[in-house]
Amino acid sequence: MANTLELGMLYALLALGVFLTYRILNFADLTVDGSFTTGAGTAALLITNGMHPLIGTAAGFVAGSLGGLATGLLHTKLHIDPLLASILTMIALWSVNLRIMGKANLSLLNQPTVFTPLAERGLVSTWWSVGILAALAIAAKLVIDAFLATNFGLAVQSTGDNPAMASSLGISTDTTKIVTLMLANGLVGLSGALIAQLQGFADIQMGVGLILVGLASVIVGNAILGTRFMFLASLGVIVGSATYRLVIFFALRWDVLSPQDMKLISATLVVIALVISQSKGIRAFFARISPWRRSDTVPEPLLAVPSTGEEEA
Amino acid sequence: MLRLADVSKTFFAGTPNERRALRHVDLRLAKGDFVTVIGSNGAGKSTLLNVIAGSLPVDCGTVQIAGRNVVKVPDYKRASMIGRVFQDPAAGTAPHLTIEQNLAVAESRGKRRGLGKGVTRARRHRYEHDLQTLELGLESRMRHRVGLLSGGQRQALSLLMASFTGPDLLLLDEHTAALDPQRAELVLGITERVVRDSGLTALMVTHNMDQALRMGNRLLMMHEGEIVFQLDEAAKKDATVTDLLAMFGQVKGQLTDRTLLG
Repeated sequence: MANTLELGMLYALLALGVFLTYRILNFADLTVDGSFTTGAGTAALLITNGMHPLIGTAAGFVAGSLGGLATGLLHTKLHIDPLLASILTMIALWSVNLRIMGKANLSLLNQPTVFTPLAERGLVSTWWSVGILAALAIAAKLVIDAFLATNFGLAVQSTGDNPAMASSLGISTDTTKIVTLMLANGLVGLSGALIAQLQGFADIQMGVGLILVGLASVIVGNAILGTRFMFLASLGVIVGSATYRLVIFFALRWDVLSPQDMKLISATLVVIALVISQSKGIRAFFARISPWRRSDTVPEPLLAVPSTGEEEA
Repeated sequence: MLRLADVSKTFFAGTPNERRALRHVDLRLAKGDFVTVIGSNGAGKSTLLNVIAGSLPVDCGTVQIAGRNVVKVPDYKRASMIGRVFQDPAAGTAPHLTIEQNLAVAESRGKRRGLGKGVTRARRHRYEHDLQTLELGLESRMRHRVGLLSGGQRQALSLLMASFTGPDLLLLDEHTAALDPQRAELVLGITERVVRDSGLTALMVTHNMDQALRMGNRLLMMHEGEIVFQLDEAAKKDATVTDLLAMFGQVKGQLTDRTLLG
């Protein structure tokens, strides 16, 4: 269980990256599947070559963000559709990742990692390490919250919310998109670097299908905590990541399912979460049981004239 | 303040659907001019605004704002000089951001957007004051999302966002067309006050001839991509809707003749 939540907190970094692109920027970014392995491979390569694990981890962030940069440039400068641009990067990164790692699997056995200090004290896979990693995820979430509240962050939010309005107010939407994609894929790369160190290896396959994990976390988390306040929306992503891991954990205890059904479970979970977040009845149910979401359903005072434009999603 | 010289714009050039939206348009606005633009559908009114704002590139001709040729300047850079309000109330605001966040985004127009806090206490205080001038009670709902506002409230907010930084030019593209008559009046009243109080130079497109005569100090009528006639301040004062219709009929007749003869 502790091990499951440990993974949940590390994948929460990836989910926060997906939150930035999918929710804030309104950009379907599939780069994730590639940039996760890029982060993991870069960290593993540097650590096996004797670099300090912290430097390897930071390099994982940088390497991931370069994947985001590639997608951003393909989309903004060459005007390729977001989905296609990110698929192109994802596929190209497969070769790049093999070049970085030199082979399909890079072991970190007997290498120092960022988890070595924890392992020496026997804290890995205990509630202690869950707490430490949760603190890391929450720190990342708070940084994102603060970033989105800056002048530049508000420009990023406007870009996702109403691009025409953003450029009419002097925002270079190319810049906001590229920076956000870099930040998001940096987080994904960081997540990959840490998970490689926790598992003790980087593998060319490890990123496959992770966009679904990220989406599941974002959608499940936002269904639970709502999106009314940025603080709760990004917190929900972490909660969603933990929830996702727990669902997988319990699903695999059921004899009928085996680890090869993971992807099917992921996809099913995303479908269920999407249906839940669309269904008015189920949303009302969540609103009743959640103390924070009540504000969502309070009718607006002094609102006699019906809104003509887009309603709250 | 604004100067257009020999501006032309053709859509789908060289195809059977070719449409000449602007034909050799010349236009000059002095500082403080408030010009209303009328004309039938497809006359080129919206294209004119889009060309000035840089949302559409021109085929030929020059656009000067405050003495600077901006033909090669992209729209988001022209935005430091231009405030815009669109016809669709949803177009000018970000629905998932709060009122105060929208205002903060608008205030940073033409400035570097760095990592400073977006909505500071000083800004919030100022916005409260600015919103009071709209007299819609929005100052008490600054942390509400704009998506919750009505169309009229959103247009009033868009107008404030477009104008409160004192741009060189304010472009209004049928900004009351999607509102009910009562709300339209309200937004028009705010428009008049904002333009007058800040001494803005403005270009307002409208379908409503009565509005066009009532607002501003100059009027121009467009037809098939050309400015077919203009009224200056003195002429506009005495003109009536009937006059406008008569003039429009005359111009249309001439054009039809010319097309037939040409």
